[in-house]
Amino acid sequence: MIKKSNLNSSVLFIIFGLIALLIAALIGMIISFVYINPDLLKEVLPFNRLRPMHTTSAVAWIVLTATGGIYFYLKNIEKVEFFSNTLIKIHLILFLIMGITIYVCYFFGVLGGREYLEFLPVLIVPVLIGWVFFGINYFGSVWKKIKEGPVYYWMWGTGILFMIFHLTEAHFWAFTDIRSDYIKDLTIQWKSYGSFVGSWNMLVYGTAIFLMSKMKNDDGLARGKKVFFFYFLGLTNLMFGWAHHTYIVPAAPWIRYFAYVISMTEWIIFLNIVYIFIKNLGQTQRKYYNMTYRFLMASEFWVSANIVLALLMSIPSLNYYTHGTHITVAHSMGTTIGINTCILLASVSYIVKKLNPNNWEENLSVYYAFLVFNASLFVFWISLIVGGIYKAVWMSKGSDVTFGQLHNNSSTIFVIFILSGVFIFLSLSVIVYHLLKDLGSKIFYLDKD
Amino acid sequence: MKNSTWNFIVLSTLIGIFIAYSCYLYFGKGTSSSSAPHMSNLAIEGEQIWQNNNCTACHQLYGLGGYLGPDLTNVISNPQKGEIYARSFLNSGVKSMPKFDFTEQEKDALIAFFAHVDATGYYPNQYAEFSKDGWVKIKYK
Repeated sequence: MIKKSNLNSSVLFIIFGLIALLIAALIGMIISFVYINPDLLKEVLPFNRLRPMHTTSAVAWIVLTATGGIYFYLKNIEKVEFFSNTLIKIHLILFLIMGITIYVCYFFGVLGGREYLEFLPVLIVPVLIGWVFFGINYFGSVWKKIKEGPVYYWMWGTGILFMIFHLTEAHFWAFTDIRSDYIKDLTIQWKSYGSFVGSWNMLVYGTAIFLMSKMKNDDGLARGKKVFFFYFLGLTNLMFGWAHHTYIVPAAPWIRYFAYVISMTEWIIFLNIVYIFIKNLGQTQRKYYNMTYRFLMASEFWVSANIVLALLMSIPSLNYYTHGTHITVAHSMGTTIGINTCILLASVSYIVKKLNPNNWEENLSVYYAFLVFNASLFVFWISLIVGGIYKAVWMSKGSDVTFGQLHNNSSTIFVIFILSGVFIFLSLSVIVYHLLKDLGSKIFYLDKD
Repeated sequence: MKNSTWNFIVLSTLIGIFIAYSCYLYFGKGTSSSSAPHMSNLAIEGEQIWQNNNCTACHQLYGLGGYLGPDLTNVISNPQKGEIYARSFLNSGVKSMPKFDFTEQEKDALIAFFAHVDATGYYPNQYAEFSKDGWVKIKYK
């Protein structure tokens, strides 16, 4: 039976996520030029307003696309009856209104000024309400299935719960007792940011495991003891691994010792799971889910590249040199663009394939864009590491060279990093254009009962 | 016992430890090793100005923040910089820094904030000691 045409909220989440990705890449590219031309846009939109536009758009891309994917998979693949369809629409509208409000505030220089969460603190309230609605709908819909359910149900659930908690925790500085104690404030700030990223990783890695099990048509991949061991290890890292960011903060040493032990564990397990998946995947499924498969393969490469960097950075004697340098940026870009973006683009490709069996990935321009995207990201990543090493040497020497001189001396590295950023933007534009074209026609679609 | 029951036990245990650990961080002394006193009202006012102008987009404190400008953790105690140097930069509009129009009172507040951060520790911690196991013993103020 064919139902009436429905506004497909899950697809809308993904469409707005893709738009946020384009905005993030565009603004990222523009602000990178400030490194070689400090006066660029200074009088119109200075760096302190543009940078939060970039970071907020990047976070919006990850959160919106992961959320849309979860709604889509639950409804269309897992055949879950939602607790409330109205809550999904309210969730979407709330996030859109808040997104627009935050951009308008940034444009007019009304800023909250906390790293990564640079919007006015009061705006976190409606954002949190949106997450609570997501949580109510998610647990209300899958509660009876979770206990015996696959690991991605557990990952999505904990991702939502911890996102609510850590977004709240990131605003504890509003309490005078915490704010007036700068080291405590800084430590809690790092705790919330580290775990906030861990929370969205739960949503994204849960999506990766979902895709692997569906493409391989093996539900066991998401139910085995090993995959649950990985989940609990990831959760332990989410809860306690953040403190490797605070090696250089003068807090109590035991907090940092504890983080050192925890940080050495997580990535290897995930790499192992992806390796087993790739090894066992049949040629037929590879071909059918061509683009999804390619993006998952790319994410595996980025996991491998970042595992080395992450493990090295978690050793205190190396972290001493890398902290506060572009090596940290290389790590965050490698994980958000390389791992999260590739997994989410794999997810969107999978959804497009489900909605439109015509092979959009057959388009050669998408294939070439995929190659250019990964190649330029690699150059981008390397240039950040080189820039980081350069700064680390400068910091450790305590030489007479000023920060301004260091900046000028790094101009060649900046040019490489800017050029690769331009190619990342262009290649992403091609991929996103084709995805949006296919998804746009599915905003209103006929639902089969 | 079924695997799913074990999973719930492990999850509940982890959450229990996490709650206890978080409460200790919020209410205990573990995160306050620094001997610096709590921030004065003027320093808090300065931090608010820092936030309202999103200075963290370009500048770092203890390595947290942007990469376009220098880290300002020890700008006050740095013999080559200091209060007068920092004060002169605030409204300079040099390079990519916006041309701010801070009043003298706002400048006092910002300097009080920088002085407080400076008193809490060192960054980079030039006096740190390295162990063979990879550990770094940082020097506290």
